[in-house]
Amino acid sequence: MELTLTDDQQELRRGARRFLAAESSPDKVDAAMKTERGYDPATWQRICEELGWPALTIPEAYEGIGLGPRELYPLMEEMGRHVACAPFFSTVCLGVNALLCAGTEAQKQAHLPAIAAGERTATVAYTEPSGRWDASAIKATATRHGDGYVLRGHKRYVLDGHSADLLVVAARAPGSTGENGVSLFVVPATTAGVTRTWLPTMDQTRKQADVVLDGVRVPADAVMGEPGAGWAPLARTLALAVTALAAEQVGGAEACLELAVEYAKVRKQFGRPIGSFQAIKHKCADMLLLVESARSAALYASLLAAEAVEALGAGGPSAGASAAFAEAASSAKAYCSEAYFHCAGESIQIHGGIGFTWEHPAHLYFKRARSSQTLLGSPAYHRERVASLMDL
Amino acid sequence: MELQLTDAERAFRDEVRAWLEAQLSGRFAHLRGRGGPGDEHYAIEDRLEWGRVMGAAGYNCIAYPKAHGGRGATLTEEVVFNEEYVAAGGPGRIGHIGETLLGPTLIHFGDAAQQERFLPKIVSGEEIWCQGYSEPEAGSDLANLQTKARLVGDEWVLEGQKVWTSMAPWADWCFVLARTDPDAPKHKGISYLLVPMKQPGITIAPIEQITGGAEFAEVFFEGAKTRKELVVGGVNHGWKVAMGTLAFERGGSTLGQQHLFQNELDRVIAAAKRNGAGKDPVLRQRLADAAIRLKIMRLNAMRMLADQSAELSREALISKLYWSHWHRDFGELAMDVLGAESELAESAPYELTAAQKAFLFARSDTIYAGSSQIQRNLIAERGLGLPREPNR
Ligand SMILES: Cc1cc2nc3c(=O)[nH]c(=O)nc-3n(C[C@H](O)[C@H](O)[C@H](O)COP(=O)(O)OP(=O)(O)OC[C@H]3O[C@@H](n4cnc5c(N)ncnc54)[C@H](O)[C@@H]3O)c2cc1C
Repeated sequence: MELTLTDDQQELRRGARRFLAAESSPDKVDAAMKTERGYDPATWQRICEELGWPALTIPEAYEGIGLGPRELYPLMEEMGRHVACAPFFSTVCLGVNALLCAGTEAQKQAHLPAIAAGERTATVAYTEPSGRWDASAIKATATRHGDGYVLRGHKRYVLDGHSADLLVVAARAPGSTGENGVSLFVVPATTAGVTRTWLPTMDQTRKQADVVLDGVRVPADAVMGEPGAGWAPLARTLALAVTALAAEQVGGAEACLELAVEYAKVRKQFGRPIGSFQAIKHKCADMLLLVESARSAALYASLLAAEAVEALGAGGPSAGASAAFAEAASSAKAYCSEAYFHCAGESIQIHGGIGFTWEHPAHLYFKRARSSQTLLGSPAYHRERVASLMDL
Repeated sequence: MELQLTDAERAFRDEVRAWLEAQLSGRFAHLRGRGGPGDEHYAIEDRLEWGRVMGAAGYNCIAYPKAHGGRGATLTEEVVFNEEYVAAGGPGRIGHIGETLLGPTLIHFGDAAQQERFLPKIVSGEEIWCQGYSEPEAGSDLANLQTKARLVGDEWVLEGQKVWTSMAPWADWCFVLARTDPDAPKHKGISYLLVPMKQPGITIAPIEQITGGAEFAEVFFEGAKTRKELVVGGVNHGWKVAMGTLAFERGGSTLGQQHLFQNELDRVIAAAKRNGAGKDPVLRQRLADAAIRLKIMRLNAMRMLADQSAELSREALISKLYWSHWHRDFGELAMDVLGAESELAESAPYELTAAQKAFLFARSDTIYAGSSQIQRNLIAERGLGLPREPNR
């Protein structure tokens, strides 16, 4: 197990950085985030066609590139670094992972090639107005009806839910509770009875939506895997998504550190660079400690994620490996969330007044750091998961 | 994450494990887990003997080159050894300053005669060393040291005072920084002298520490003598040698230490399960946080090992700041978990519990070997290129 990036990963990183430095500049982010869709379709098309990112983690059998969480890692860092506005996280980190973890062969055949080709976007709709992230969040119901099911409920905080082509919906058998009775369904967004509403957000770079399921009829083959056994693959999907998010947080945190350090070297007050004052210097030193430690945590989680994905073909990871991955993913999410938020806040402080302006990118990071802390479970939520895994 | 071991490394681990188990079940059984920070006075004579037995079996200084009496152990083997030592409850080592600080310094900077005279007795555990750097007016600002050495005939004659000298009461030798050119600028004119401790010109006054023990002492030089040729790195060139020693002190692999920390944390987790603190939502958060951060400390160290090319990699720079603060926070957590019981000492007059010793001794971790403030200066200046502190 190597905690350093291979040459291939470095190459991926360089390519991503080159592209995003030009196409995800603060100006372009500003323009994209002010739209309801939240991204520039032309840029997304280029990402799909020229760079093939949506295909990255899709197996070759489904016309993807066939790489995994290890290669995704540098890409996520770069997206965090450039606060990229794209339906990538929802489509790849949630949608593709859900299809890989839970989808039937037919579902994978039906959707993965289209996603790989950039013809379809996807997301997972499992959270609801309670704002919880565990299985108890799922109140929507799936009732048998003839050969298929009827879905009823209210999904909220759904990433890119208003723009995604495909929804993976979590719903439960009426009367079931907790992790039991949960099923996942593949639901095209245009299905009758699905109403989607964009929800304006403080972090405009990550779009959310309300998805109301008002008697949505889906056929039996919309169920992903075994009916009622959907929580385990959903939990695995979420652990993979959390791992990717942690990598994105590392990239964002490092960008905050670099902006702050550059500024501290050139901004002079009292006749000297502000970076020569220990109060500033020590903030930067603490940020470096957080960035590198966050990177260790996220890299490690990505290694275990890769093992978990490889084991999917062979009947799924063992219980021990699953628990180790869950712990690594939650550890990374808890630590990286706080590291990123801390660095984003310190970056504003070190920039002084200019850091409080819309013109300066500091606010993009600060808001992204804030929304990422909550997304898929707060640090406290993930620490509690670690505590349970420690048998506390 | 576990180390990847080769067959030879695994064989070495098994050999070490068996040897330690046998020794620490036999006549040294009472030393198991004793003599660590805050417990330095425990069974000094037996621990000195233990050091000699280790030496005879070839387990001191395993990383020294074979030519200097070591095994030429790789970093991985060294880590394996340290992990086994801690896991077996190996006692605190009285010879550690010679083994980890002076030995490597002599191998790097010493001449052949010095190496031949001193290394074998460090390796065999026969001679104990202490470090004579700090003085009343020279702490963080070490170059402000005032102790003087004059060449009289074939001997250096020393006048001055050192303070906080660990192990001084038991040491045979001291490596002393002294001014040999009183007219030279601050960092010039310092020499690195090897001085015998047991002589009339030296007075040792133990200083009682926060734990009630007296692991360090004041050392007064009043006409103390040492032979002319016992200068390491050349007369008036001691500063760079001193900095070399400090680099060994700060940069050393912390993987063995992490096992020590893991043992401490495991005991506190066990206590939390026993006394119900593990059900307290706030303490659960803090216990999980401590576990997460300890794991990250290990991952940071693994990255440091993987990246030995860069001498001062970012991971290496943050290591001291990271572990010392982890340990300090841990000490506070241990007290909170134990609650009312945390106050009760082991016995009168002032024998403390292991948790109390860890709690108190951790306050020194952020002071010695470069205080946290000095560490942050180093990280900011060397890791981030921020302007240097004035007055160097
Ligand atoms: C348990 C223990 C064992 C020790 N063993 C040894 C030993 O064996 N041999 C030996 O030589 N020494 C030893 N020391 C001494 C140790 O190296 C010094 O305590 C350390 O260098 C700090 O020096 P000081 O105590 O004089 O504190 P000071 O240097 O006076 O520092 C006091 C405070 O000021 C801060 N400060 C100082 N300079 C700066 C700066 N430039 N910027 C910002 N803040 C600053 C420090 O961080 C600290 O908070 C030991 C110390 C301890 C606690």
